[in-house]
Amino acid sequence: MSEALRIEDIHSYYGKSHIIQGVSLKVEEGEIVTLLGRNGAGKTSTLKSISGLLPPKRGHVWISGEETTGWPAYRTAQNGLALVPEHRGIFGLLTVEENLRISQRRGAQWSLADIYQIFPRLQERRKNSGGQLSGGEQQMLAIARALLGGPKVLMLDEPVEGLAPIIVEEIVAQIKKVRDAGVSILLVEQNLAVCAELADRHYIIELGKVVHHATSAEFIADHTVRDRYLGVDA
Amino acid sequence: MIYLFQVLNGIGLGMLYFLLAVGLSIIFGLLQFVNFAHGAFYLLGAYLTYDLVERDISFWVAMPAAAVIVALVAGLTEASLLRRIYKLPHTFHILVTVGLALVIQEFVIVVWGPLGGSVATPKSLAGVLIIGDFIYPYYRIFAICFTAVLAFVLYWALERTRLGAIVRAGSESTETMALLGYDTLRINTAVFAFGAGLAGLAGALAAPIRGVEPFMGVEALSVAFVVVVIGGMGSYVGALAAGLLVGVIQSLMATIWPEGARLMIYVAMAFVIVTMPRGLFGRV
Ligand SMILES: Nc1ncnc2c1ncn2[C@@H]1O[C@H](COP(=O)(O)OP(=O)(O)O)[C@@H](O)[C@H]1O
Ligand SMILES: [Mg+2]
Repeated sequence: MSEALRIEDIHSYYGKSHIIQGVSLKVEEGEIVTLLGRNGAGKTSTLKSISGLLPPKRGHVWISGEETTGWPAYRTAQNGLALVPEHRGIFGLLTVEENLRISQRRGAQWSLADIYQIFPRLQERRKNSGGQLSGGEQQMLAIARALLGGPKVLMLDEPVEGLAPIIVEEIVAQIKKVRDAGVSILLVEQNLAVCAELADRHYIIELGKVVHHATSAEFIADHTVRDRYLGVDA
Repeated sequence: MIYLFQVLNGIGLGMLYFLLAVGLSIIFGLLQFVNFAHGAFYLLGAYLTYDLVERDISFWVAMPAAAVIVALVAGLTEASLLRRIYKLPHTFHILVTVGLALVIQEFVIVVWGPLGGSVATPKSLAGVLIIGDFIYPYYRIFAICFTAVLAFVLYWALERTRLGAIVRAGSESTETMALLGYDTLRINTAVFAFGAGLAGLAGALAAPIRGVEPFMGVEALSVAFVVVVIGGMGSYVGALAAGLLVGVIQSLMATIWPEGARLMIYVAMAFVIVTMPRGLFGRV
């Protein structure tokens, strides 16, 4: 197996605050890996550092073996890395179909028809504006848009946060389909049931550092780690 | 009859105002950038047309050439200077672009002199259309039709093509555009150049009607701002509706109360600001 994504000892800052303090992790091809941690631990900042929205001051990032450290976000996106941000970034004044069309890139393995097959709700809503979608539909649109760019690695930041259980199930099933199609996934998620169901491995991050790493089986068996790093409510 | 004539004049004027203002509006929508150099691009477009026609180059070549040169100048300025100040407060935008406008205006005076001049209407459109009592210059009819077609094509491009969707999406979030693989700096430069090119084209079209003089950019800028404020910042349809409104008001007032023609467009603007602060079609 080869590595879809590897980051090594990255350090990132917001102004003077040193937020990411040496994070290393990897995602193998075809794997789903989660990044867990309390609010404010640095999960979102890690994803931003990888994508280039928050370029790391130190450390290295490789996407499919190619070093992309210091690249701006649009270049990492063109080279196989997609980030679906926490706020989803739907263009509210564009229709669903326009949101999708501007995301298409030549050479992507997904066509609009494939996308509508995985996300039938989007086809029903294709003439609606992005602003008219429900939270769950917006999340589906955000993932669909990312796929049309033809990513090798997909990073999802809390994709099911705040969604009704029935929609969560739908999105979990969709994420599995995406993985089965060969896309490697780095998932940030607070919902442990979702993580346990989807992921092969887990990293736990605290104060900008990776503090624990486990396979899914180990993680499910180990209550103490969950209590210690993620707290009762996590 | 005189009113019909003035309404037609107003529509012609209004279409020019639209062309002038729409670039300012799109640039504001995409970049949240207040560009006081926009009138100077109109000035430059008019003078380039004047210069090329003086050199015996056909107006039909001079007009598009002037627009393209203005777009190139604007694109270079954006890429080298303006993009550095987008993140600063609007006062800095005003300071820098007013400075840029003055530089362009002085450049015009140095190269072409302070007195201005006139641009002959192209031979193929010399003369007037006469139907009964109705007399109207062919060139003005052409200017109205040309801008109307252009307005329609632009609308179609902005609302119905992928390129237009990219510009509209960029106006909502540049960060998301970057995450989708778009080099937003290049999009910004292209849109800025395009908007300025439209102002240059407005200047080129206006030159045979009103001639050229070095301060025409100042007047154009104030009209463009009035149109954008009435129509709504960033709104395409707003720029068209407000351009026509301002053109017709100004033109009708020229018959009814000539001294008040300018004043009335500011009254109209004040009225819109008070009753609809976002403008007729604005969303910000
Ligand atoms: N734009 C920002 N400017 C300054 N500090 C930030 C910014 N975004 C996040 N932070 C800080 O960085 C830390 C990590 O935040 P984040 O990566 O969003 O955490 P998580 O996603 O794990 O909840 C927090 O302490 C947060 O306050
Ligand atoms: Mg977060």
